Amino acid sequence: MNELSLFSVGISILEITYIIASVLFILGLKMLSHPLTARRGNIYAAIGMIMAIVATILFHQKEGKPIGNIGLIIGAIVVGTIIGWVIAKRVRMTAMPQLVSFFNGMGGAAAALISMMEFPHVSPELIAESGMSNGHVLAILLGLVIGTVSWAGSMIAFGKLDGWIGDLRVKAMKFVNLTILAVIVVLVAYIMTRDVQAASELTTFIYIIFAIAVVYGVLFVMPIGGADMPVVISLLNSFTGVAAAMGGFLYNNQAMLTGGILVGSAGTILTVLMCRAMNRSLLNVIVGVFGGGGKANTEEAGTVKEITVSDAAVLLSYSKKVVIVPGYGLAVAQAQHICHELDKLLEEKGVEVKYAIHPVAGRMPGHMNVLLAEADVPYEQLVESDEVNPDLPNTDVLVVIGANDVVNPAAEDDPSSPIYGMPIIKARDARNIIVMKRGMGKGYAAIENMLFFNSKTRMLFGDAKGTLQNLVNEVKAL
Amino acid sequence: MESILQFLLENKGAIFMVILSIFLGIEVISHVPAILHTPLMSGANAIHGVVIIGAIIVMGHAETTGAMILGFLAVVLGTLNVVGGFVVTDRMLEMFKKKK
Repeated sequence: MNELSLFSVGISILEITYIIASVLFILGLKMLSHPLTARRGNIYAAIGMIMAIVATILFHQKEGKPIGNIGLIIGAIVVGTIIGWVIAKRVRMTAMPQLVSFFNGMGGAAAALISMMEFPHVSPELIAESGMSNGHVLAILLGLVIGTVSWAGSMIAFGKLDGWIGDLRVKAMKFVNLTILAVIVVLVAYIMTRDVQAASELTTFIYIIFAIAVVYGVLFVMPIGGADMPVVISLLNSFTGVAAAMGGFLYNNQAMLTGGILVGSAGTILTVLMCRAMNRSLLNVIVGVFGGGGKANTEEAGTVKEITVSDAAVLLSYSKKVVIVPGYGLAVAQAQHICHELDKLLEEKGVEVKYAIHPVAGRMPGHMNVLLAEADVPYEQLVESDEVNPDLPNTDVLVVIGANDVVNPAAEDDPSSPIYGMPIIKARDARNIIVMKRGMGKGYAAIENMLFFNSKTRMLFGDAKGTLQNLVNEVKAL
Repeated sequence: MESILQFLLENKGAIFMVILSIFLGIEVISHVPAILHTPLMSGANAIHGVVIIGAIIVMGHAETTGAMILGFLAVVLGTLNVVGGFVVTDRMLEMFKKKK
């Protein structure tokens, strides 16, 4: 067998591997959406990924040249694997949302880097034949813009979720953002209409676009309030998918194309599903300057009434039916284990305890489910809001732990409220309401919550973990 | 404009695939229960780490030192996305499984 046919054998193996990898991605994603098969699905997708990576290193060739710098490539993979593995294993379960956001940003950055490096190498023959306005250049530029926005946005989302970047809300922001977006479009059009011999003459513009896209990514996420964070992460996730798919166009690479587009479309649908859970449009989440608003007369909202830990313990112990509404506060305080301890104690006393899970409670969809799963709370105890609402009038005590917007009656009463129309857990229908909260601060959406002033509501101030611990001790002592 | 049309024609296979993949993506996850939203997002996050293939290709043909540094960085970041994504997803799903 001469060298040439050896090469074509390699190419065939590569292409077949890409097909298998694509099938594994699709299967993996499909299996991930069913509880019983989810874990295997994740492993299938990972196997597909490993196959695609190994085959690329071994068999990929560009203009007859195989992959070079193999030592460095493997070195980089080893470095990335060690860092990624350690971070992923070490991070607390409560920090999952920021972690997903972080890894998502890494993918976006990789896509942007690829575009930056490929741009000067657009083949002069292609430029001579069709100028700069060809699909190849378009794919590079789109990969650059989308990848960069995804990276910068994810880093800001990461910082906000981790609590070291606050919200920035200025009314003019949406005009600024739209202007920046327009500038990017103009620059892309400018590059594509230049008459040049080689793309490298325009490299400066690539860096300008990169810089502006960073600014856009930052400003795009800055004003978005905590309550909308899940939507944004999901959206950025699908952005990175599209950026990866642009690379697929660039290299005519099927695995990148299917993988990227699959995530792009699945991510978009997931984003839409989440928006629907909040009864808001995607556009509203992105350009709407969230927060503020609500009742104008919040000052006169009334007074809140507190309850002592021992009274709360008595109230809970002598109830028939208790519903717990967990929120991000539970996650921050790492209180999921102690919370489960409380519900076990109560169940021993014959109290029926359920957890009401709002689809957007926490900082990611399903955030509460993951947390409570970590604490070993059985599936059967978790109920979704639609299920629990009709049952609330028969509920003796509803305990809100670190949740706010998802129980805010303004969603039903106050048409001027930004969350008006969002389906909520109708906490005020319960016979008694106990709200555990760190202080009287407003929720992530910065909207006054009238539930706290309801005559049936008693506040239990303090860190969720400490308060729950005291409550457990009191219940035990009874 | 003409060259873009030509590009569309030359890549009609890829475009066909893109359109089918869009429908597939929607179809595959449209009935997912809320409890799996986070792991699903995380799993999808790992899958778009497939961008690492592009990073490997770019690195494999890098010649200048500058290109090598950027390429190295791209491969590291891509790997972070892939490894971190899959490991985190597995960690989440492991907890779901325990109680079954």
